[in-house]
Amino acid sequence: MNPGAPGADGAPLLALDGVTKSFGAVAALRGVHLALHSGEAHALVGENGAGKSTLVKILAGAHAPDSGRMTLDGRLLELRGPADARAAGIAVIYQEPTLFPDLSVAENIFMGRQPLRGLRRIDTRAMNRDAEQLFQRLGVRIDPSRPARGLSIADQQLVEIAKALSFDARVLIMDEPTAALSGVEVERLFGVARSLCERGAAVLFISHRFDEVFDLCQRITVLRDGAWVSSDSAADLTVDEVVRRMVGRDVSSLYPKQDAPLRDTLLEVRGLSQAGVFSDVSFSVRGGEIVALAGLVGAGRSEVARAVFGVDRYDAGEVRVAGRALPPGSPRKAIAAGMALVPEDRRQQGLVMELSVERNVTLARRRALSRLGMLLGAAERAEARRWTRRLQVKTSRLAAPVATLSGGNQQKVVLAKWLATEPRILIIDEPTRGIDVGTKAEVHRLLSELAGEGLAILMISSELPEVLGMADRVLVMHEGRVVRELPRAEADETSVMFAATGQGATA
Amino acid sequence: MAHDSLYAAPPSGADTEREAGRLAGLRTAVGSWDAAIVAALVVAVLLASLLVQNFASGRNVQFLLLDLVPLALPALPMTLIVITGEIDLSVASMVGLCSTLMGQMWLSTGLSLELICVLVVVIGAALGAVNGVFITGFGLPSLAVTIGTLALYRGLSFVVLGDQAVADFPASWTAAAVQNLPGTSIPAAVVPVLLLALVFGVVLHATPAGRALYAMGNNDEAATFAGVSVARTKFWLFVVSGAVCGLVGIFWTLRYASARGDNATGLELTVVTAVLLGGVSIFGGRGGLLGVVAGVLLLGVLRNALQLADVDANALTIVTGTLLIASVVLPNAVADVRARLHRRRQRAHATAA
Amino acid sequence: MSLTDTGASERVADHPPPGPGRQRRGLTERLLAVRELSLLIALGALILVTTVRNDRFLSAQSIKDLLLGCAILVILAVGQTLVIVTRNVDLSVGSILGLVAFAAGELFLAAPGTPWPVALLLGVALGALCGAVNGGLIAVAKVPALVITLGTLYAFRGVDYYWAAGRQINAADMPRAFLRLGNQTVLGVPVLFLVALFVVAAVGFYLRSYRSGRELYAIGSEPAAARLSGIPVGRRVFAVFVANGALAGLAGVLYAARFGTLDAAAGSGLELQVVAAAVVGGVAIFGGSGSAYGAALGAVLLTTIGSSLAVLRIDPFWQQAVVGALILAAIGLDRLLALRMAARLRGRSAHGA
Repeated sequence: MNPGAPGADGAPLLALDGVTKSFGAVAALRGVHLALHSGEAHALVGENGAGKSTLVKILAGAHAPDSGRMTLDGRLLELRGPADARAAGIAVIYQEPTLFPDLSVAENIFMGRQPLRGLRRIDTRAMNRDAEQLFQRLGVRIDPSRPARGLSIADQQLVEIAKALSFDARVLIMDEPTAALSGVEVERLFGVARSLCERGAAVLFISHRFDEVFDLCQRITVLRDGAWVSSDSAADLTVDEVVRRMVGRDVSSLYPKQDAPLRDTLLEVRGLSQAGVFSDVSFSVRGGEIVALAGLVGAGRSEVARAVFGVDRYDAGEVRVAGRALPPGSPRKAIAAGMALVPEDRRQQGLVMELSVERNVTLARRRALSRLGMLLGAAERAEARRWTRRLQVKTSRLAAPVATLSGGNQQKVVLAKWLATEPRILIIDEPTRGIDVGTKAEVHRLLSELAGEGLAILMISSELPEVLGMADRVLVMHEGRVVRELPRAEADETSVMFAATGQGATA
Repeated sequence: MAHDSLYAAPPSGADTEREAGRLAGLRTAVGSWDAAIVAALVVAVLLASLLVQNFASGRNVQFLLLDLVPLALPALPMTLIVITGEIDLSVASMVGLCSTLMGQMWLSTGLSLELICVLVVVIGAALGAVNGVFITGFGLPSLAVTIGTLALYRGLSFVVLGDQAVADFPASWTAAAVQNLPGTSIPAAVVPVLLLALVFGVVLHATPAGRALYAMGNNDEAATFAGVSVARTKFWLFVVSGAVCGLVGIFWTLRYASARGDNATGLELTVVTAVLLGGVSIFGGRGGLLGVVAGVLLLGVLRNALQLADVDANALTIVTGTLLIASVVLPNAVADVRARLHRRRQRAHATAA
Repeated sequence: MSLTDTGASERVADHPPPGPGRQRRGLTERLLAVRELSLLIALGALILVTTVRNDRFLSAQSIKDLLLGCAILVILAVGQTLVIVTRNVDLSVGSILGLVAFAAGELFLAAPGTPWPVALLLGVALGALCGAVNGGLIAVAKVPALVITLGTLYAFRGVDYYWAAGRQINAADMPRAFLRLGNQTVLGVPVLFLVALFVVAAVGFYLRSYRSGRELYAIGSEPAAARLSGIPVGRRVFAVFVANGALAGLAGVLYAARFGTLDAAAGSGLELQVVAAAVVGGVAIFGGSGSAYGAALGAVLLTTIGSSLAVLRIDPFWQQAVVGALILAAIGLDRLLALRMAARLRGRSAHGA
């Protein structure tokens, strides 16, 4: 079968045919097809774990496929490493910037391809000048001679884009490049991608944001569970159809929050400031209430959560739990006061991968579970069993290392760990990040249930439908400040985005 | 009510999957590591008793155990430190400095030896606290800091006594250090070592603090989020390491009836080797005290047997160095081979199917 | 003083970059220059203070001794820079030096007619071989270089002791032309120092101006990113250990030529001074930054401190303590500067959008 291209003209520039890749016993890709045509932007969509990142790594030469063929210009392409991919004209912008903090911005762009002068020496002046020109093309101003250390995430992403641009790449692959960019920057990036297309390059764009996918791309390929589902012209598709193909069935709409009686104020934050990160943040959350903290990535929302919980210190302000001041800088005291924080980066901040499910679930409860200073296995096991059952974590045994669980189940272990502390206040950062579309509703139901039990929930979310569906009140942050507070009735996409991008009056 | 997509969730991030596979391989390799070390210990003891003259004599057992004391003691806190992902290379220099300070105090102050011993342990703790402040207070890598204090403390111990030695400790004390338990050829000094080993073992394996050590060794960020005071815990570990080195300094001085600037030079290598040989991962987060005790014994038996077989003491460092390298290279090589075999099996399976 | 310097340079950098016509050093490079400048100032101040106390410190003879004294350390520090820049460390250099020095002596004993350039080449080759052992083991084990080279530090030294078996090689056993190499001067400058200068210039130039040299910084700065940008990380790190071994071999031959009398202990403990020199010279222990020039200056500063102590009639036993204190001070200072720098750079990251 050749899913190649009904509608696309001519032979593909870069084609993958029946590519498989397994890691140990797990098949990440199963016979995937992909055809990128010159002058075309192609979107690759799929749920988390559908195999998109593995595909990118194969195209980038970082992984070798187990079987299947890759062709460039109709000729067989074998990549033995990232260097080969570069030589073939394939440029990749990864999800996470991959810069060298100690080297200058220009060196970051031209590493391994620095312009040379006599004796094969590096021509620093030419290199800085070339970098300058790239930034001019992107319409940004970054000093090429400064070290990459300390660049904001958006600037780092721009350096990555300049790097990809500097290749004069024939194939540009962008793995969720827009997560950290503002609207203006996204538009500029798309401008660059389009001009590359006009010059005959092929673009592969991976994103969860469907508006961007439909804005930029002419064709859309859907992956599910490592297998190819479809490749069609974007004009023939709708968002609903794409989602249906990603999930493989119809999706129930988002679970709206049930009304719960509001109780006393449990969390109160007054004038919280951290120099250069956020300033004068004040809000309160009552029992039974879900308050959403909305805003763009980098607005300082996660930082506020970290400071409230005591992971980071703050310079001014105070945090009160049920009327009592919480001493700053101690997660232990925050936990003791009944606070729980489900962090944004679950793998890095929420789990200890090599420890067992049981140890992970009881990690935050280890003191409470010990008797006379000794931690005995039975109590731990009982506690772990109780919570993994309630959240339906699927694992062969509690002693299995968390690393062996699937992504969705790892997420549940993090939730189980924090719910096991029986908190009064739950701060949850991006509750459905990295969760399948199907499971999202389940998490939302759980949050609603917890609010019904009287918990005060502070939810940080970048997904507007989630914010609008779940929150009783929405606080919008922009550049480190809370700029708007919107009750449920007044919150809609326009009002929230308006405030989040810094337009409109400050509340 | 559950959506089946949740349970059939496909692999997220293939990289991590491979890592997980590798870790699992490593884990089985390490799980059998304890057994392998104990087996190697038994074989070494048997071979040495058969092949090396005088190895099995009571007098040699006494010497062997006495030699083990200064190796076993610092290995206890070192195990905990390495499990948290740090390292303390300054242990030998702390022993040396504590030893010369003990000698200097005995020589030039009128203090009683009892008081001096207490002071030496306190000083050891203070030396460890300096390490701790640099590592946890300033956020510097323990490797670099303790290389610095390795040089600093050794230098200071030469400053204290120069190339002189203090030897005139009361005979009752020096005799007590090497005295056997009545009716046996087992030195009495072994008893406190065993007690301390028990304490460290219980702390590591059966208390909330021990859990926290493993958690922070694997992922200190996740540990912080779970309410573990990572910096404070590490600080105290380095203090304990210093205090234990104070004890070793006292033992070393009394056993050899000599306080010298170069006492215990190079001991850090043996201690680190014993800990890694005992199955503790240099990356932190994995290993146990039982394995380390076996590692200490194995190392001690090997060195003792080779010395009896007339191998030059300096050339013995080949053995220690090689063991250190082998103990970090082998687990990885084993995991690699396993992974390769697994892949081959799978491929064979695929072609068969 | 260095802080105000960086402040000024930042303000300049805030202005729009100048046109391509003007030559201008980038901010990244200037930060390094600041470190080298402050080292020079420290060195100048030290020489000034010592000379004021004792004017013989600046006599021709004493300057010659100083240059001779620092040459070997400079070569080793430059080699170590290559390694540390890639976020590794090589603790075995002292042992490689000792082994090669002894091997050179043995060579002249066995074949008295050997011309010295042959000995030099063989010594460099033996050093490179030792480096290849380090590099190979690190590639296989995928564990921190520190552990492997701590192992080989003792293994190589053990081999040295085993080979020497207590013997000593004397100047009388070596050809006069070879020994002259160690003490000869050209226009009052010792040949040894000229060799060291050549090594500094070559490595410094390579690190700054060649693609593969810059890749070493990239590897140390962010290994994962280096892999993704197609840099052959494993091969480069291996090559760096071989190069460092070769330089240690060169230093070993020069050591034999300079001192004439050799036993198995030659160069013991030198690794600490080497690491200290590099770190004091601004080579960040976390990898990714530093220069060969800085490391060489660090080595000169360290040697000068040693001779100043003697001239100022301070107990020579302080030398090692000073080395340790300098390591601690240097990494502490680096950390402080890095934090300040990061804070400043963050503030400037906004760009015209």
